[in-house]
Amino acid sequence: MENNLLSLIIFAPLAGAAINWFIGRRLRNEKFIGLIACGAVAVSTVVAFYLAFKAGGALRSTEPVFDHLWTWIQVGKFRADFALAMDRLSGTYALFVTFVGFLIHVFAVGYMHKDDGFYRFFAFLNLFMFAMLILVLADNFLLMFVGWEGVGLCSYLLIGYYTDKKEAGDAAKKAFITNRVGDWGFVMGIMLTFFLTGSISFFNKPAHGVTSALQTIAGMSAVDPFTWQAIFAGGVTSIAILLFIGAAGKSAQIPLYVWLPDAMAGPTPVSALIHAATMVTAGVFMIVRCSAIYTHAPTAMFVVAIIGAATALFAATIGIAQNDIKRVLAYSTISQLGYMFLACGLGAFVAAIFHVITHAFFKALLFLGSGSVIQGMHHEQDMRRMGGLKKYMPLTFATMLAGWLAISGIPIFAGFFSKDEILWRTWSAGLFSLPSPAWSKALWFIGALTALLTAVYMTRMMVMTFWGTERFREKHLDHADGVQGIHDDAHHDDHAIHEPQESPWLMTVPLVVLAILSTIGGFIGVSYALGSLVGLHPTNYIEQTLDPVVAKVPVAKAEGEPAAEPVWLSHPPQPTDGAPAFVSLDESPATHSAEEVGAERLLALVSVGIAAFGIVLGWIIFQKRPLLAMPRILENKYYVDEIYDAAVINPINAGSREGLWKIFDVGVIDGFLHAIGDVVKEGGRAIRHLQGGFVRAYAAIILLGALAVIGFFAYFGVHAMRLVP
Amino acid sequence: MEPQLSWYLALSAILFTIGAAGVIIKRNVIAMFMCIELMLNAVNLTFIAFSSFFQDVTGQLFVFIVMTVAAAEAAVGLGIIITIFRNRESLDVDDASILKL
Repeated sequence: MENNLLSLIIFAPLAGAAINWFIGRRLRNEKFIGLIACGAVAVSTVVAFYLAFKAGGALRSTEPVFDHLWTWIQVGKFRADFALAMDRLSGTYALFVTFVGFLIHVFAVGYMHKDDGFYRFFAFLNLFMFAMLILVLADNFLLMFVGWEGVGLCSYLLIGYYTDKKEAGDAAKKAFITNRVGDWGFVMGIMLTFFLTGSISFFNKPAHGVTSALQTIAGMSAVDPFTWQAIFAGGVTSIAILLFIGAAGKSAQIPLYVWLPDAMAGPTPVSALIHAATMVTAGVFMIVRCSAIYTHAPTAMFVVAIIGAATALFAATIGIAQNDIKRVLAYSTISQLGYMFLACGLGAFVAAIFHVITHAFFKALLFLGSGSVIQGMHHEQDMRRMGGLKKYMPLTFATMLAGWLAISGIPIFAGFFSKDEILWRTWSAGLFSLPSPAWSKALWFIGALTALLTAVYMTRMMVMTFWGTERFREKHLDHADGVQGIHDDAHHDDHAIHEPQESPWLMTVPLVVLAILSTIGGFIGVSYALGSLVGLHPTNYIEQTLDPVVAKVPVAKAEGEPAAEPVWLSHPPQPTDGAPAFVSLDESPATHSAEEVGAERLLALVSVGIAAFGIVLGWIIFQKRPLLAMPRILENKYYVDEIYDAAVINPINAGSREGLWKIFDVGVIDGFLHAIGDVVKEGGRAIRHLQGGFVRAYAAIILLGALAVIGFFAYFGVHAMRLVP
Repeated sequence: MEPQLSWYLALSAILFTIGAAGVIIKRNVIAMFMCIELMLNAVNLTFIAFSSFFQDVTGQLFVFIVMTVAAAEAAVGLGIIITIFRNRESLDVDDASILKL
């Protein structure tokens, strides 16, 4: 179905960015700029919801909504359209991106109040929404890459927003350069996809003569073998690994995660929007979009799962020891992204997207809450100087409670359902992408341990911030030794003690909305086992919506036998004229074996126990001693930055300076150019005597020349030069 | 004895050589100028001689062109000479070996 409204979703924020950049900078009127920025995103939100939920909309039929704007590149067989497509996956993404984005825009109007670069901030923020929505709604790899780079650029601009702070500029460069490493993988993956399938489109578009690259791969009869060699074989596994390198860069996975904690140098709404809710989940989106590729590449899925689990645990341990409130949340984000990749690696693509959505709610809430705290504390980010804030900021406290319980995985809050789904899928994962059954249990253990650590560090953060003694009154010495905090604003030299105060309504209203979503948002994806526990059979909307658009991992048979062919339910979509919206999956008790349901319930109970234990543990440890010193190695983030400096950055610097500059540039390039100059100079010095300015000498030379020519012809004859036939 | 073609050519060669030698030897710019005219007219003489010998009028046309160009050249050349003399108060070409004063 074609619908030209679709392009409005992306172009409304672009128009907002342009208006704020060209007109807002002259008006300098916060009301005007804020209204334009929020209004632009509101338009996107409304259109996205309309297109998703109207009769025959993207989420209600299996047919995507297309908007073919123009053919962008056509060279031989290669074709890239500037065309948008909203299917169930991109529709789901567009919904929460626009809606959470809108709330964060509103919050930012309050947060950035009286900032000099108000118009610039909102122009960038709208530009980010434009790029992010291109990324999500693109109908081919190349256009997705345009959005991918666009969000990278906006991320760079917004991390480095405080241009008067060196660490902000450094962090921006670090983010940009680290992402280039990932982009290399993405671009190579696109090229290899085109090489193997002759197409880069996600969808079949018969009207335009485009076939889907994903469907071509889905139609391949055999999956790649589960060996390490497959990675370098140049087949589907290579594509999957290359794309995952791109995803690891954008979504901050080991080893490319180092930019995300530093990215907290940007304003807090940026951290919430870009570095928690939307942009960093683009990698997960891309992998789910390419699920057909991954279900043909078990080796790649195994790598994804291992990296995801390792990142989840690794970041969670660091998160426990950070003292900067935003850094705790940054490491928490990395850890949660690890969960999503773990789910992708085990074929639980729907669970990954579910966690993306709930994570967008509660992490945006927590970041905005931390922004509210930072604002209320007059730009203090070090939790060691907070404490007892619940009395002063009751609304922020109440909303952050919801976020805290959601991320910890306490039932009925959103995070519980998605995290539990991932843990269950990990526990019950088949052998398709795992070498042995022990692996799924080991990965589950890592996931559970991460869940425990998550509950502990979030409790620590809440305790340090909202409970305990009011440490902000204390006359603190400048404890610069342990503070690796990045101060959010230029006012941090202003060390006078202020009373903390609650934030204005522009900031608290989005907090409240997000708190509600963090509380009830999980009910869109209640699994059968949990729903039937209380005698209800709620529709698992997320599962039913996304199930038709992700590829299924083939069910592995007994060891030694080849895996069955992957199941593929979409592309091309089946016509569903007149069919009711959500009927695809059978949720009747018959489809669920009693054993499985029992195991899933038991596991859910275990994860609730873990979460509760984590919270209690955190409470016991940190309630009395909120300033308890953490292990040095954790506080210093395992010295990964230092290791990267020593292993990569310093060698490159030294090699560039000593080798490329002093030897190659000065020696070879400059030497070559100077040599050319010297030859010309010396040659000129030698023959300049010919031109002495003496007319008679010239005449003599002309005469001699004429004589030479005449002599030549006189001696050899006029035919010597073969000028005359 | 009838004048032969070779006589004219020999005279022309002598005149041309005198002119060429004069241009190289003389320092006085006026004298050099006259030597150039001498070379031009030596060539004219050759043209006329061949024209008469081959009974072809084309050679005479060339002579007219050469004379026209020589007249134009004389006008321009004398103008330059006058300017040089005004600036340097000398007609020696070696004194004008550099452009700047």
